[in-house]
Amino acid sequence: MGALTRILRPETRITSGGERHSPSKIAVLNVLVIFGVVITVLPYVYMVTASFRTQGELYSLPVTIFPREWTDANYLKLFNDTEFVRWYGNTIWVAGLRTLLGVYFAAAAGYAFAKFDFRFKRFLFFTVLATLILPFHVLLIPLFVMMADFGWVDNYLAIIVPGLVSAFNIFLMRQYTESVPNELLDAARIDGASEFGIFHRIVLPLVRPGLGVVAILTFVQTWNDFLWPLIVLHDSSKYLLSIGIATMDGPYDVEVGAIMAASFLSTVPILVIFVLMQRQIIAGLTRGAIRG
Amino acid sequence: MSTSSITATETRAPRAGSWWSRHERRFFPYVLLIPFLITLVVFTAWPAIDSFRLSFHKVRNLQSEREYVGLANYERLLTKDKRFRTAIVNGAEFALGTAFLQMPLALAVALALNSAVVRFKTMARLAFFAPYITSAIVVAWIFTLIYFKQSYGLLNGLLAQFGVEPVYWLSKDLAMPSLIVLGLWTWVGHHSLYFLAGLQAVPEELKESARIDGANGWQLFRNVTLPFLRPIFIFVILTGSIGSFSLFSQPYLLFESGSGPLDAGLFPLMYLFFMGFRDNTRMGYASAIGYLLTLIILAITAVQLLLIRMWKV
Repeated sequence: MGALTRILRPETRITSGGERHSPSKIAVLNVLVIFGVVITVLPYVYMVTASFRTQGELYSLPVTIFPREWTDANYLKLFNDTEFVRWYGNTIWVAGLRTLLGVYFAAAAGYAFAKFDFRFKRFLFFTVLATLILPFHVLLIPLFVMMADFGWVDNYLAIIVPGLVSAFNIFLMRQYTESVPNELLDAARIDGASEFGIFHRIVLPLVRPGLGVVAILTFVQTWNDFLWPLIVLHDSSKYLLSIGIATMDGPYDVEVGAIMAASFLSTVPILVIFVLMQRQIIAGLTRGAIRG
Repeated sequence: MSTSSITATETRAPRAGSWWSRHERRFFPYVLLIPFLITLVVFTAWPAIDSFRLSFHKVRNLQSEREYVGLANYERLLTKDKRFRTAIVNGAEFALGTAFLQMPLALAVALALNSAVVRFKTMARLAFFAPYITSAIVVAWIFTLIYFKQSYGLLNGLLAQFGVEPVYWLSKDLAMPSLIVLGLWTWVGHHSLYFLAGLQAVPEELKESARIDGANGWQLFRNVTLPFLRPIFIFVILTGSIGSFSLFSQPYLLFESGSGPLDAGLFPLMYLFFMGFRDNTRMGYASAIGYLLTLIILAITAVQLLLIRMWKV
């Protein structure tokens, strides 16, 4: 920025406020965005309304936006004829427990990398980055063999433990922890606080935004994961929502209305979390990419 | 331990109590890393090595002996296995669809969301991002209804209003375009948020001074904004192409737990699943698929990083 820029600034503010669009251009832009939103939302609207449509209506023309006749039959069928409620409960506690443990361990590892010097630090951090690149599917076969050896097939340990401490989360937590002032940690040490005490009472409260992001990402990922649960969970009473819903047309012979009801109910918590926390989620997700 | 021999009183002092409290600071980082290290070794490093070894073996099932076959699995995949080739081609087609359709669209959405004159931006952002966090299974079911080949499918039903005959959207020829559209719906909003974050990282002063120097809208975008988006382009293309080769849930469900007509919806990871788990238990062969897939992904990464480096903005 040269001196010229600074001198000219007051003038240019007026013209370069970003509002140099003509009214017609503004209208077109807005209409395009609204069109995009409608296209994006329409499948959700159809999912919700389909869950209230009768079987006959779902299989007939014309296709309408709102049901001609509202029915709760799909929901009754879902609750009475399938193990949906059970899968829902399974998913909540498995995703919840995995999130709690995953967040704690990621915060611990992130703290170690951000605030301590120790032997093999660089090597270990390099391995964190390496596992970021390694595709999970390379591990599928041997991991499954291992789960079978451990007796973890049809056991939630197989869902919770293997991917618990994710490289991405460690990376994220390291970034959040770096902003904790060293003086604070040293002052606590001089006051005689134990290292665990410092971690629990000083570091964790200060990195709460990071914990939130990691928690949401872990929870959503566990909630939505499909391939790995499909491989390690075979007993239908142990199913998580994703496998349960994917297999509903098979053994339970459920029609699409009930499947849409299940889809709707299983999506609600995720969307609610997202609406409440969107700022944090987006900030957390895009954090790494922008720094390159 | 060596300090204890120096003075007995020192070790008995309350603050210097246990061995742990004296060495706490030195060993604490390792304690913090224990869960990570255990999972790293047991559930990542070891399986990665085991998988590599497996890929040189023939394994019929979980209990059987491993029989060493050298490079036979890889040779067969690369030269004889037509299904594997189909899966790779499909993955590549989907990746190209990502690069040439998702990216420009995502950039356009980001530019719109970054514009001062667009209204309801928070709402729009919410809507555009929602598909990304919606379970792939739910997405696949919704699109199953959209793509139903019967006249009452959502898309065919809408077309019927204009007198168009029902189209079989998941036929051999239309399967890939239909999947790419599903991909657009799912990922454009997600990618656009990355572009948006990139756009917001462009310093206002820089844009302003360019404007003063007489840059028009396009020049401003090309020379000031675009360079800031470079890391985003890299990130989106990379994750997009890696995702394309490991696409599983959506096609798996859309094609009723199969690979579609004449394997039109077969993707590499899906083929690995069929070979290793569902249709067969050919674990050596499936491991070889996994490693070839990893090689392909690494190659794509390397090529794209090179291209981006050459692309001097």
